[in-house]
Amino acid sequence: MATTTPDYRQGSFRLSMLIYDSRYRAITIQIVFLMLLMAGFAWLVDNTIQNLRALGKDFSYRFLWQSAGYDINQTLIAYNSTMSHARAMVVGLLNTILVAVMACALATVLGVLAGVLRLSNNWIVARLMTIYVELFRNIPTVLWILIFFSVMAISMPEPRAFRGEAATASMLVFDSVAITNRGVYIPEPVFDRSLGDLDLRYFKVSVDLLAIIAALIASSWASGRIVARANRIQEETGIRPATWWLRLAVWVLPVAALLSALGFHLVKPVLPETGIPNFQGGIHMRNSLIALWLALSVYTGAFIAEVVRAGILAVNRGQTEAAVSLGLRPTLTMRLVILPQALRVIIPPMISQYLNITKNSSLAIAVGYMDLRATLGGITINQTGRELEAMLLMMLIYLALSLTISSLMNVYNARVKLKER
Amino acid sequence: MTHKILLGALAAAAILGAGAAQAQTLNDVKNRGNLRCGTNTGLAGFAFPDANNVWQGFDVAYCRAIAAAVLGDPMKVDFVPLTSQTRFTALAAGEVDVLVRNTTWTFVRDVDLKFTFAAVNYYDGQGFMVRKDLGVSSAKELDGAKVCIETGTTTELNLADFFRSNGMSYDPVPIETNAAAQQQYLAGACDVYTTDVSGLAATRASFADPQNHVILPEVVSKEPLGPLVRHGDDQWADIVRWVSNALVAAEELGITSANIGELKANGHPNPEVNRLLGREGDLGAMLGLDANWAVRAISAAGNYGEIFATNIGEGTPIGLARGLNALWTQGGLQYTPPFR
Repeated sequence: MATTTPDYRQGSFRLSMLIYDSRYRAITIQIVFLMLLMAGFAWLVDNTIQNLRALGKDFSYRFLWQSAGYDINQTLIAYNSTMSHARAMVVGLLNTILVAVMACALATVLGVLAGVLRLSNNWIVARLMTIYVELFRNIPTVLWILIFFSVMAISMPEPRAFRGEAATASMLVFDSVAITNRGVYIPEPVFDRSLGDLDLRYFKVSVDLLAIIAALIASSWASGRIVARANRIQEETGIRPATWWLRLAVWVLPVAALLSALGFHLVKPVLPETGIPNFQGGIHMRNSLIALWLALSVYTGAFIAEVVRAGILAVNRGQTEAAVSLGLRPTLTMRLVILPQALRVIIPPMISQYLNITKNSSLAIAVGYMDLRATLGGITINQTGRELEAMLLMMLIYLALSLTISSLMNVYNARVKLKER
Repeated sequence: MTHKILLGALAAAAILGAGAAQAQTLNDVKNRGNLRCGTNTGLAGFAFPDANNVWQGFDVAYCRAIAAAVLGDPMKVDFVPLTSQTRFTALAAGEVDVLVRNTTWTFVRDVDLKFTFAAVNYYDGQGFMVRKDLGVSSAKELDGAKVCIETGTTTELNLADFFRSNGMSYDPVPIETNAAAQQQYLAGACDVYTTDVSGLAATRASFADPQNHVILPEVVSKEPLGPLVRHGDDQWADIVRWVSNALVAAEELGITSANIGELKANGHPNPEVNRLLGREGDLGAMLGLDANWAVRAISAAGNYGEIFATNIGEGTPIGLARGLNALWTQGGLQYTPPFR
C-alpha cells in the first residue's frame, strides 16, 4: 500500500514554521528584538542629528585643540591656561586616577581591618565595627564628601594663625606638617643631584623616579631568589634558614644607597613672614582631595568590610579547627589558612567596589576637586558649549578606565581562584 | 532583559526628543500660560526668593516685565533656578524660554553656542573682594593668593588672563554656586572672592559684617550682562529685546509706574510716548502682541531706573551706584533705539 505520509525530516520549509516550529521560534524572537533595538538606536541617533541641526550645531571634536583658557589648581603634569582643552582633560583624568588609586588603597585597608574585626570575639570591637559599617554605608557618598570638606574648611586653623609671635596654631611632626583650613601641607621629596627629566614630548617623567622603581624591581627579584633558595634548602635538609635579615637588606640597602646618591632630602612647607599668608613649598594636599579621598575610602571601606566578612564566613569552620589542631596561632591561622581561601570569594565583589570608587570620584565637583568631570565635563563644556561631544568622550573614558581596572583585577582573580585540574 | 533595554532606549529617546520643538516660542508660552525664566539660584538683589517664597530682584523684574507684555500677568512666571554650569544647557534644550541670569554677552556664547543676546541690562566688570585684615589695597598685590571662583563662568577665564598678564601666581578654588563660594570665603578657605562687581556688592550685603570686607578698585574685564534666548526664533528675540528697550525708553521719556495710567489715558505731547504706550501706531501688533504690551511691561516693576533703584540701587543694602548703567543722557551707557 502506498502511503502519502509526508516525510517531516525533509519537509519543505514554510514561513509559518518561524513562529510555530519550536526549533526556529527562539531565533525568530531574538532576531525581531535585535532589529527593534537597532531601529530604536537608529532613531535615537537620527533624532539627535536632527535636533543638533535644528539648533544649528555641528558635531566636532575640534574644540579639544583650542586653548583652554582656565587654570587648574592641582596638576600632575605641566599645565597652564594657554594649553589645549585636550591637555586639561588629561590633567583631569590623572586627578581622577590619583584619587581613585588613593581611595582604593585606603578603602581596602579599612575594609579588611573592619571586616576581620567585626568577627572578633571582643564584644566592644565587634560592635564598634558594626556601627562603622552601618553608619557609613547607609549615608550617601556625596554627603560624606561634603561633611569631610566642611570639617576641614571650618574647624581647621587659617594659615595666618601660624604666623607671628602670638601664633595660635603650630605645625606638627618637627614643624614639617601644617594642617590648615586650606588643606594639609606635607614635606616634599627633593633630589639635590637629580638625574633630570625624560622628555616624552607630551609630558616629562622624572628619571629619579624611574631609577627608584628600577631599584625596587631589582630588590623584588633578589628577594624572590632568596626565598627560592631557602625553599630549596628546606626541601633538601628540612631546616629553613633565616631569611628575614637578608631580604630586609636586599629591599632597603639599594634604595637607600640610590637615595643618598641622588641627594634626597625633604623640603618643609614654610609660611612667608610677609605678604599673603599661604604656605610655600612642600606638597599641598587640598581640602578637596582630602575630603574626596577620605569620604570615598570610609564609604567604600564599609562595603569592603562586609565583602571580607562574607568571604571569611564562607570558609568552612573545619579549616580553622584543623589549623588550630596543627598548633597554628590565631594570627597565623588567619593569614595562612583562612584568608587565602577567603580571597576566592572576596576578589570578584571587590572588583565592583573598586569600580564604584572610580565612578563615585566624579562627585568631586561637589567640593571643587578638578577631576575629569570638572575639567572636560564641567568647565570645557561651559566654555565651548560642546555638551554632546564632551559627554560622549567622558563616558568613553570612564568606560575604558573601568574596563581596565576590571581586567587587571580579573588577572589577579585568576591567580588566587581555586585551581581545577 | 531585552524588554528592559528596549524600554530604556525608548525612555531615553523620549527625553532626547523633548527639546525638538524649536520655533514659535511665543505660541508655546501663550499656550502654556506661563513664562519659563531661567534665573540665578540665589543672588541678593538680582534673583532670590523672599520670605514668602516670591522671587524678587533686578533680573526677576525683567522676567516679570516679559510675562506682563506677553501674557498680561507679571506673576505668570515659572522661575527655574540654574547654576552657572547648567544654564546654557537648559536654555538650549528648551527648558527655559529666556535666561536672565547675570550672563555675560561674549562672542563664543552668541555665535558658537547659538544664543541671541537681546539686550544689556547691566554693564558690569569683574572685581575682587578681600577681607580688610588681609592688608591688601590693590589686586596687583594678590600674588600667591587662594582665589574662590564660581566655576563655568567668564570670571574663570578673566582670572587666568589677569594673573598671567601680571606675572603672578594664584591657586584657584572652583566652587559650583555663589552660596557655596560665599561659605568658603567666609570660612577663610580662600583669601579672595572674585566675580562681577555687582555680584560682589550683592554678596557682601548679605554678610553679617560687610564693613570688614573690601572690594578692590581694579575692574579687570568688561561684563555686559543681559537676557538671552535661543538662536533661530527672531520674533521671540525681538519681544525680549524690545521689552528691555521699552523699560529704558520709559525712564528716558519720564514714564514711571506711577504716571503710566494717566499717560495712557490722556496721552502726551511727545508722539514717541504715545507710540510706546499704544495710543498711536501699532507697534504691538508688529511684535505679535497687543497694543498695551509696553504699558503692562512698564507697570509690572516700573521703568529701568525704578527697577534699578528698588533692587540694587544706592537706597538698598546692595548699594550700587548707577555708574555705567545711567542713561546716556546722564553720562551712562543705557541707550535705546527709537520706538518708531
